[in-house]
Amino acid sequence: MEIVNFTPVPAFIGGALIGLSAAFLLLIKGRVAGISGIAGGVILPEKGDVPWRVLFIIGLVLGGFIYQWLGLGPDLHQIEAQVGKGALIVAGLLVGVGTTIGTGCTSGHGICGLARRSPRSLVATLTFMASAVATVFVVRHIIGA
Amino acid sequence: MLSLIAALAAGTLFGLGLAVAQMVDPAKVINFLDIFGTWDPSLAFVMGGGLLVNAIATPFIMRRKTPILAEFFRTPTKHQVDTRLVLGGVIFGAGWGLAGYCPGPMLTSLSFANSDIITVVAAYVVGTLIARLVLRSWERDRLTEAQKAQTSCIQ
Repeated sequence: MEIVNFTPVPAFIGGALIGLSAAFLLLIKGRVAGISGIAGGVILPEKGDVPWRVLFIIGLVLGGFIYQWLGLGPDLHQIEAQVGKGALIVAGLLVGVGTTIGTGCTSGHGICGLARRSPRSLVATLTFMASAVATVFVVRHIIGA
Repeated sequence: MLSLIAALAAGTLFGLGLAVAQMVDPAKVINFLDIFGTWDPSLAFVMGGGLLVNAIATPFIMRRKTPILAEFFRTPTKHQVDTRLVLGGVIFGAGWGLAGYCPGPMLTSLSFANSDIITVVAAYVVGTLIARLVLRSWERDRLTEAQKAQTSCIQ
């Protein structure tokens, strides 16, 4: 194992901002800041509560713009996808299907659920982390892509 | 109206956090997951920071009877771990590890969208739509069966 590009300070500050956002949404609206849950309710709406979800998602994009405007760190336009279009399609489909049937993603289970000490979120977080680590191991070190 | 502005503010703060943490960079995400190779532990600090703030704030917030701008808290009440939860985690993890995108960073990446980002977001939307449609029709079938059973009991 070799440690690379370790940036603990911006990581911690960014994480704290995410935690603040989740706490704020809970305090104001009583909702969990799980991105897949919020987005899922826009992609196929269940009841009538679509507008706040759309605004939250617009905010996610706006947050990226504000970071760029303020020049808070490395230019986001330098970021490149790590796999080809085919793999991106497969990955996007898996993330959509997986977060829907598993009722949550990194934010909903990993940050909000664990903060509420939900046993379901603990199991979900350990499962998707293990699965993701295994996938990277297979892709990078077994297939060697 | 206030509630919508609050949702926009929460989303903006979240997106800003993802960008500051560089979680929108899939190379960084994949290196975080590559604990047997070139490991970048940074993202553990993103989760740590988020969890720390939220775990301190949540119990105080939940002591309130209601949220400020809503009638009640809508946090999940289910505690039972089931196969569906684990299966979903395995599938999601495979997709996350493959390309380095989970839903939040994927959507924030639309602020610097290129054809790759649009591709992964479009696939995510399709995957979510298909899964939600299938789950919805299963739940309807189960409801109909339950209703049938109830009716036959009455008869």
